Amino acid sequence: MSDIKDIIKDENLVYKKTKVLTDNVMHYCPGCSHGVVHKLVAEVIEEMGIQEKTIGISPVGCSVLAYNYLDIDWQEAAHGRAPALATAVNRLHPEKYVFTYQGDGDLASIGTAEIMHACNRGENIVVIFINNAIYGMTGGQMAPTTLEGMKTATSPYGRDIKLNGHPLIITELIAQLPGTSYVTRQAVHTPAAVRKCKKAIRKAFENIGQKKGTSFVEVVSTCNSGWKLSPVKSNEWMVENMFPVYKPGDLKDE
Amino acid sequence: MAKVKGAIKVDVEKCKGCGLCVVACPSKVIDLAREVNGKGYNYAYMANPDACIGCANCAIVCPDSVIEVYKVKAEMA
Ligand SMILES: Cc1ncc(C[n+]2csc(CCOP(=O)(O)OP(=O)(O)O)c2C)c(N)n1
Ligand code: SF4
Ligand code: SF4
Repeated sequence: MSDIKDIIKDENLVYKKTKVLTDNVMHYCPGCSHGVVHKLVAEVIEEMGIQEKTIGISPVGCSVLAYNYLDIDWQEAAHGRAPALATAVNRLHPEKYVFTYQGDGDLASIGTAEIMHACNRGENIVVIFINNAIYGMTGGQMAPTTLEGMKTATSPYGRDIKLNGHPLIITELIAQLPGTSYVTRQAVHTPAAVRKCKKAIRKAFENIGQKKGTSFVEVVSTCNSGWKLSPVKSNEWMVENMFPVYKPGDLKDE
Repeated sequence: MAKVKGAIKVDVEKCKGCGLCVVACPSKVIDLAREVNGKGYNYAYMANPDACIGCANCAIVCPDSVIEVYKVKAEMA
């Protein structure tokens, strides 16, 4: 039986943090999906060898500080305006790999116009869309994506469709737009889902190289602080309640 | 006969004790420590190290990328 000390040696290393992630401790709550998706984007950038060629656009929301965690070039957009800023950056630097990283409040509420038009124009960018059905950063208010009956700080009795309207299933709308070539919905709640999500992110970034237009990757995510559940329970709640409305899978692949 | 043996190294001070690795591990290797780190989190550790197969599932789901995974093919006596 080998001793742990004999196993933990450089030559036996099979997995470690990618160098594209900085050594900064992420400010996210324990168990937040943002950290997992940051890692996947970083690993794809490392594996494709495009660290010097990638420009991220960070949003307003919990991931506003994403630029502290991925060692690439960044621009920080006003709330919801990441796709507009990505448009400018991409047109000035068409040889770069430009992506936005946006929450559902950022993308599907205040930034609805920007995302729709950028996708409709088919800007040659990747959009990473973190849908946790809530405004995480500001204290867990209802978002357009909040599920029917879901309790939030501003819907304490649950979202009422008559009063608050329907959950906005924006990715299905995005898939209708001719400017998008790849539209997919993923999650990161299990090792298998994480591996699958990484493949999707990789394909989206490869599409930039092939000038395919907009690639849109929704990641159905958890906000355990906003949902007031443990990280493990949040994943279970997500599978049970989010997946029936936000169904994982590819919506478009051209 | 060769048997795969794994081990993980947790960056204890960076671990936030979220517990996602505990449920991701197929071999029930990981538990959260009773002790806390400098930030007050019950960090992840190998409670059952002999069962580790080095599959990296724990590291893959870790939001804070604090787990390194090692693997060897050990000869069974
Ligand atoms: C123009 C403007 N309006 C409102 C806000 C307040 N605000 C900050 S973050 C946020 C919502 C973030 O939610 P989401 O995009 O879902 O990201 P999460 O924090 O959940 O990751 C809001 C409304 C702001 N910063 N700027
Ligand atoms: S508030 Fe929610 S989205 Fe923000 S870091 Fe915490 S768990 Fe993540
Ligand atoms: S490498 Fe696999 S078996 Fe070992 S602790 Fe991690 S999840 Fe468990």
